[in-house]
Amino acid sequence: MIPYATFLYFFILAILLIPSIIAGLNGKSFKTYNAVITIVFLALIFYNKPPQAISLIIFVIWQIIVIKAYLPIRKKNNPTSIFYLAVALSIIPLVIVKFAPYFKSLSMVGFLGISYLTFKAVQMIIDIRDGQLKEVSVYRFLRFLLFFPTFTSGPIDRYRRFEKDINHTPTQEEYRELLYRGINRIIQGFLYKFIIGYLINQHILMSEYLKHDTFLSIVIYMYAYSMYLFFDFAGYSNFAIGVSYILGIKSPENFNKPFISRNIKDFWNRWHMTLSFWFRDYIFMRFVFTMTKKKVIKNRYTISYIGIFLNFFVMGLWHGPYLHYIVYGLLHTLYFISFDIFERKNKKHKFWPDNKFMHVVSVVITFNFVCFSFLIFSGRLFT
Amino acid sequence: MADFKEQVLDILEEVCENDIVKENPDVKIFEEGILDSFGTVNLLVEIEDKLGIPVSISEFDREEWATPNLIINKLAEMK
Repeated sequence: MIPYATFLYFFILAILLIPSIIAGLNGKSFKTYNAVITIVFLALIFYNKPPQAISLIIFVIWQIIVIKAYLPIRKKNNPTSIFYLAVALSIIPLVIVKFAPYFKSLSMVGFLGISYLTFKAVQMIIDIRDGQLKEVSVYRFLRFLLFFPTFTSGPIDRYRRFEKDINHTPTQEEYRELLYRGINRIIQGFLYKFIIGYLINQHILMSEYLKHDTFLSIVIYMYAYSMYLFFDFAGYSNFAIGVSYILGIKSPENFNKPFISRNIKDFWNRWHMTLSFWFRDYIFMRFVFTMTKKKVIKNRYTISYIGIFLNFFVMGLWHGPYLHYIVYGLLHTLYFISFDIFERKNKKHKFWPDNKFMHVVSVVITFNFVCFSFLIFSGRLFT
Repeated sequence: MADFKEQVLDILEEVCENDIVKENPDVKIFEEGILDSFGTVNLLVEIEDKLGIPVSISEFDREEWATPNLIINKLAEMK
């Protein structure tokens, strides 16, 4: 069963959430019950896909081994090589799965959600490396990794933030607020995913007219696809966040009105935020930090640009080892660096006036650049 | 303490390339777009170089380090 996709799923969800809601409204802790329903939901998602279920189990055991082996080594001393090794080992399953389509013998590996689980596992290794995480029990690790509302596609939470929420039992008043917001988010999810997203897909993207490759049909496709991408994924995120709230966990936001971004930097602070912030914190910033400290490269802008390239190239590749995803990553690298240069020049010479009209112009320009990148992302130009 | 505060503000002014951090030490430097992630890294490097306080990237939570005053308090705790 795919989460948040069928009426049956929502029906089961509603029933299984009743005890959590009753406990929450009475100001009681519902940690154990929530852990149990996570198992029920994993069973529901994977019961009819045995190869995926087996992949998931092997993956989880693998990640436990990596973390449990790394913790005591890190406590004794902090060798950089072992840290990189731990990260590599943690990522290997995902790499195998991403490249599996090229190998027939690997067609059975992988499971829904492996990317998002890998992000969570890797950030824990990085937290251990930085000394922010000294102890991780298997139970806590699994509770975080497998948290079912966000299992398949995020939002990607942070371990320490998640632990803070789960160890705080909301008061009756706090819970009422969470429940109210949670239900609101779920309703918004229906509107986004099953009404707006569905209509765009059915009536525009699948329409006969867009099947032909004329300039106009591709332009329409570009805007419609961008809208669909947003409403579909923001809709999913609303479900995931809404259900998290009902379980007392304030999962982080994934979207913040991305289409009113005034520049490309602003856009990446508003679009698929938990992914973008993950890349920012764990790839870009760490790369720049290491390079600046080691003084390998003198020019700080060169360091920044290489960091931006790494950031978006890996992000593109993560979507899959296909040309259109790589071009998408390179395009955003280009956008980002160009804007950075523009921003710095503008700081000095102030040729871009700061007024309402120019703000609107900026939003329109950004929107069109972003939509074009989604056209690349869709792969339509590459078939 | 006053000295320390001044030192941190000097570093902030330098990496932000903006004197607003001194005029209004409660300004939200990330929300206002005064400091981006590249600037943040430079801030951490400078803090370690000039104040000798190592702050790791995972320690630097944008909500806990949101304003110059918050940053000063955080660093004073870690000193």
